[in-house]
Amino acid sequence: MIDVIVIGAGVTGCGIARELSRYDWRVMVLEKASDVCEGTSKANSGIVHAGFDAHPGTLKAKLNVEGSEQMEELAKELDFPYKRNGSLVLCFDEKDREKLQKLYEQGLKNGVKELRILEREELKQLEPNISDNTVAALYAPTGAIVCPFGLTIALAENAAANGVEFRLNTEVESIERTESGYRLTTNQGVLESKVVINAAGVCADRFHNMVSGNQIRIIPRKGEYCLMDKKVGDYVNRTIFQLPTVYGKGVLVTPTVHGNLLVGPTAVDVEDKEAVNTTGEGIADVLKRAALSVNALPAKQVITSFAGLRAHAIFENGESDFIIGEVQDAPGFFDAAGIESPGLSCAPSLGKYLVEQVLAYLPAEKKPDFIASRKGIPNMALATGEQRQQFIRENPLYANVVCRCELVTEGEIMDAIHRPLGATTLDGVKRRTRAGMGRCQAGFCSPKTVEILARELGKDMSEITKNEKGSEFLTGFDKDNL
Amino acid sequence: MKKELVIIGGGPAGLAAAIAAKEAGINDLLILERDARLGGILNQCIHNGFGLHTFKEELTGPEYAGKYIDKALELEIPYELNTMVIDLTQTSEGKEKLVTVMNREKGLYTIEARAVILAMGCRERSRGALNIPGFRPAGIYSAGTAQRYVNMEGRMPGREVVILGSGDIGLIMARRMTLEGAKVKLVAELMPYSGGLKRNIVQCLDDFGIPLKLSHTVVDIKGKERVEAVVVAQVDEQLKAIPGTEEEISCDTLLLSCGLIPENELSGNLGVTMNPVTNGPLVDESLETDKEGVFACGNVLHVHDLVDYVSEEASQAGKRAAAYLKGELEERGRKILIRAVNGVHYTVPSSIDMQRMEQTQVVRFRVGNVYRDAAVEVAFDGKVVSSRKKKVLAPGEMEQVILKKADLEQAEGIKEISVSIRRDT
Repeated sequence: MIDVIVIGAGVTGCGIARELSRYDWRVMVLEKASDVCEGTSKANSGIVHAGFDAHPGTLKAKLNVEGSEQMEELAKELDFPYKRNGSLVLCFDEKDREKLQKLYEQGLKNGVKELRILEREELKQLEPNISDNTVAALYAPTGAIVCPFGLTIALAENAAANGVEFRLNTEVESIERTESGYRLTTNQGVLESKVVINAAGVCADRFHNMVSGNQIRIIPRKGEYCLMDKKVGDYVNRTIFQLPTVYGKGVLVTPTVHGNLLVGPTAVDVEDKEAVNTTGEGIADVLKRAALSVNALPAKQVITSFAGLRAHAIFENGESDFIIGEVQDAPGFFDAAGIESPGLSCAPSLGKYLVEQVLAYLPAEKKPDFIASRKGIPNMALATGEQRQQFIRENPLYANVVCRCELVTEGEIMDAIHRPLGATTLDGVKRRTRAGMGRCQAGFCSPKTVEILARELGKDMSEITKNEKGSEFLTGFDKDNL
Repeated sequence: MKKELVIIGGGPAGLAAAIAAKEAGINDLLILERDARLGGILNQCIHNGFGLHTFKEELTGPEYAGKYIDKALELEIPYELNTMVIDLTQTSEGKEKLVTVMNREKGLYTIEARAVILAMGCRERSRGALNIPGFRPAGIYSAGTAQRYVNMEGRMPGREVVILGSGDIGLIMARRMTLEGAKVKLVAELMPYSGGLKRNIVQCLDDFGIPLKLSHTVVDIKGKERVEAVVVAQVDEQLKAIPGTEEEISCDTLLLSCGLIPENELSGNLGVTMNPVTNGPLVDESLETDKEGVFACGNVLHVHDLVDYVSEEASQAGKRAAAYLKGELEERGRKILIRAVNGVHYTVPSSIDMQRMEQTQVVRFRVGNVYRDAAVEVAFDGKVVSSRKKKVLAPGEMEQVILKKADLEQAEGIKEISVSIRRDT
């Protein structure tokens, strides 16, 4: 019998798992994909929102502001890339000043610190490339950027270090209530648990509805993005949002924590919960809207595009908020559902909030030997000359460059594979090290990375996948089919 | 560590440059190669057709490279393998270049060089840079990546293949994949003409009955784990897909051969001025960039069609770098700009110094479109001085004109040379 099962190893599930691992429960995380961070957590803006967006009184507002305040500390504790770069909401029309003022006041109500409204001249000094049409902006110095993979993987690794068991490639097929809790039938067998936490992203409605008469509905809301070359990574320094205009909710233009420029997302509700395909219209729309925020958007510098699905919960009254807490007619079954934006920002706070409720249901003691910190993989690209020398002295493989665009070495790739919850796929290596994320998009390094994966995992190269089963790179040997 | 000359890249350009520099008397030189062997991308180009100009015989890529590697070994030119240059800067006075490198054996160290030859080659344009919409499954490769799997690893990256782009590597891979047992269903090319050599269209597509659809592109990629199909559509004159022309083609592999981009990140670090058309450095008659003592050649300078021309150009760069190091380059005199106009896409070099110019100067260029029964014209300050008829000019083939020093001297006070295409012949 397991004490707590978490369904879903995205940023929400991993954040919850890490909080759970502070207590003496037996905790297991089930993930249908081959790795953590394979759903919405891998395809989003990578923004830690300051917290002025959400309506006061909502869970989104509360957890966002708390999460934003705690993220920097968490980044130090768990060693993932984070940068407080500040954010701006641009206003392009004098007539919209009222909306800007309202947003400012909403931010104050939510408890966002240091908010200010800036005028055009000051803005142009801060951000010379923002649109000449800008008249004023809301400035939130507490806005930040984070590596969504780095954050999720750090939470998962730390949870694992504290005893949480991760079962990957494990898909929950059905959930039944039992006398002592819940019975989960998975593609890997049956599991029994006293408590179940549903952090299944766009699929959370499916699991909720297996145990509750009060059905919920999660709509996958697609967001398409374009990522640009590091050459233009400093085109803006802050995260640039737009006030909602006649064109709808604007897209953002932001540096990423790794130094690229990111523009997006669109917002289109779709049916298919796996529809992470980009579309011609979507990409065109992103570039068109992003061009409203900055002068001469460097659209030719796009190195890749991608799409993610936000888990959008719809209530009958038309409102929208996170659904977090025990399901009324299913004791011991807790939802962390409808975690769309600002879900990533809430990673530090959401788990704490939920785990307090779990404690009330299933009391537990704090573990005396909880390990609070975690060290990431050495990062040769960001290291100083001296640090690089040090890493190379420890292991000469840190001097063998595999991914030339992002300067990722064989040493880092070996680390990514051999860590607890290590990478088993090319995407897994990519998200842990950035190998293949650069301007050539893995053209040069993927054969080498595939070879290293095969060697280290004791597999043949033909067994190595991009991500899930069925995504093998190689189909056989030369002349097999002749 | 100090060196007279550092050559970044041990492919065909780096090898030829190093050999020329050594033969011109530079002994304190070093080739830095990031791969495990010398020869660069030629090592995976196992088809023949290399060296017709240089050696008057048809060689495979490794054979062609082998001739230069043998020569470099014979001349005892030092080289480092598995060595990545991670930064290129210069001392504050600007005289010495600082080349920061990393490898397993020696770790991280900096070489102070009096001259540097950039010979880093190029990379392939990726799916992302092409903005092709759809899913992101396994089975999408640049043609060169597939070539590495097939020719170096003996592995097949797919069974049923669609190729987007008719660049030379794509055409070569259409044939290679077919010979190795895959079914190549189609080569789609966005432009109304091929980006590859005519001989490759004939030998790699026509001879194998592989259809080439010009003015077509991929508008969607299907398949969540592995490519299951691509949707190909015809494009209009603005290169936009024409609704209603979409055709879904089932396949498990999409190869991309949509252009090559010189790898100039290091040149950028150093602050070398680039040509936005070629994405390579702007160079003068000596193939010297606007940073003194920094020369460029091969595909890092501009993408070539034939490796023979890479070798030729690189030899020149090596020779001129040697002259620079020995103080034999003339004092700079008057600079004459070379302008690419009327259908000429760019020229290399983009300027000539009258003092430094040798008796003849090769000016290489590519055209921006297909021209039939046209003429390549050279004009001095607007006055046509030569006109050479060409039956066909195509973007896939590199062209050249040869300028004579005597002619330039005769045209006293000349400020500008222009190279253009005249179409009304």
